[in-house]
Amino acid sequence: MDSYEHSVLLDRSKCTGCTTCLHHCPTEAIRIVNGHAVINQDRCIDCGECIRKCPHNAKRAVASKLESMDRFRYKVALPAPSLYGQFNNMDDVDYILDGLLKIGFDEVFEVAKAAELVSAYTRQYMKADGVPKPLISSACPVILRLISLMYPSLEDHVLHMLPPMEVAADLARKKVKKEHPEFSEEEIGICFISPCPAKASYVRNNFGNYKSKVDEVVAISDIYFRLLDVMKPDNPVQAISDTGMTGIGWAGSGGEATAILNEDYLAADGIENVNKVLEEIENGNISHVKFVELNACPGGCVGGVLTVQNPFIAKARIRTVSRCLPMAVNFPDPSEEYIPENFLFDEMPAYVPVSRLSPNFAESMRMMSEIQRIRATLPGIDCGACGAPTCRAHAEDAVRAGKRTVSCPFADTIGGNR
Amino acid sequence: MSEPLVFHFDVDGSDFTSAGTASVTVKKNLRQLGLPSEVIRKLSIAMYEGEINMVIHANGGTADVIVTEQYIDIILKDQGPGIPDVNLAMQEGYSTATAQIHSLGFGAGMGLPNMKRYSDEMKIDTEIGVGTTVTMRIWIR
Repeated sequence: MDSYEHSVLLDRSKCTGCTTCLHHCPTEAIRIVNGHAVINQDRCIDCGECIRKCPHNAKRAVASKLESMDRFRYKVALPAPSLYGQFNNMDDVDYILDGLLKIGFDEVFEVAKAAELVSAYTRQYMKADGVPKPLISSACPVILRLISLMYPSLEDHVLHMLPPMEVAADLARKKVKKEHPEFSEEEIGICFISPCPAKASYVRNNFGNYKSKVDEVVAISDIYFRLLDVMKPDNPVQAISDTGMTGIGWAGSGGEATAILNEDYLAADGIENVNKVLEEIENGNISHVKFVELNACPGGCVGGVLTVQNPFIAKARIRTVSRCLPMAVNFPDPSEEYIPENFLFDEMPAYVPVSRLSPNFAESMRMMSEIQRIRATLPGIDCGACGAPTCRAHAEDAVRAGKRTVSCPFADTIGGNR
Repeated sequence: MSEPLVFHFDVDGSDFTSAGTASVTVKKNLRQLGLPSEVIRKLSIAMYEGEINMVIHANGGTADVIVTEQYIDIILKDQGPGIPDVNLAMQEGYSTATAQIHSLGFGAGMGLPNMKRYSDEMKIDTEIGVGTTVTMRIWIR
């Protein structure tokens, strides 16, 4: 497998090896080695939990700088709906969009606009025969990666609709090419203004066999102060925004699901809750639900680690800015019989059995039994002092490394405990 | 031929919210063994239903999962009231669960039928007042 390029970086000078991230990583991808956190790239799903939980700010999400757009002659900004929730005393989205033009973009194409179309097509998608129940949203890139690493049996449940960011990139590019034929394909740059480092990874690594149409992913936090400098609420701005409540609502958990206009839905946010819901789906427990929206970040995209504002405050502000808007203003062409291809993706990334002990079943069994033997010699307090998140993980690491014994600082004083 | 692997769990009968934790743990372990996802799915549903049954009807019990190279056995043992009429209990929709259990969304009368559906072989040994042992086998190949 090609190595997956991630968006989480460690500042070694700040990392104290304190084990906080170790205990919060949902895929047990982190170990403390020689006093510093090390991320197993094959297991990382870019959820941002370690960034959120690190008490020393040693973890950082990487995205492109705004200057990376300088190489393009015609620059298009794709603001995520969550950007609209970042500003104080602001009840008109046009000031934000105008601000994007002032800081150097030539055009703005709202992702919320694409989101409304995705919602409309999802409603159409759900009417088809043989749609799995429940259908799982494909908008959060962390969830897609989580499913392809840990829940292979749920791949068939995933809605094969591209996320609004991709749809927006495609529509924006087509629009610019039509309206400005003077620019060549390479001269047009599409920049997603992102709350989410996983979107940056998604764009860099592509998704399954789908090549992203976004050129750069820039953090909301990176342009926030530049926007504040140019947003002047006293000056009148031109009307740019072309989206309703539905599209903007995608910023928060439940926004996508309510836009399905079917009450048999479920929306869960926060990676721990998401894992529990996925387990329930695997157990066949919530088959009466038609649509499941899952967001890795608490509160939904407003909780992304590249945002500035507290997610709950941001969610309240999203309500404020969309208060006086119609439900939706973007609809598909009613003459269309099928969902257009530029809204769909073909296949999920291939299942990568990252947790498998050995390609040989008998050998895996032998290793598992050895893990059980070693685990029974450990105290079971999951303290993290050895560098692994749990005693079980420590035993597993040893067996994978071909060791017969482990080094537990407390095995002698506390003793083994199953 | 390697030794069978045994996973043992105590299923706590007093706590609804923790019911299903054993099947989640087993699922993770089986994934590490590299078993086909269809086998894992069948096993986790069969085991989950069994766990819930033990919590609803028998105040908990024990669950043992035995993995060999050819098959996986799940042995669920409880000291509950026993099942008076196994044929009746196997009927879809038949349930003796209380209204309180129903209000939690359980007790649809699909527990035993689902356990049978998702396992390849199932055996029920039950004695009134003594307890019930359900043994399920899922063939790997």
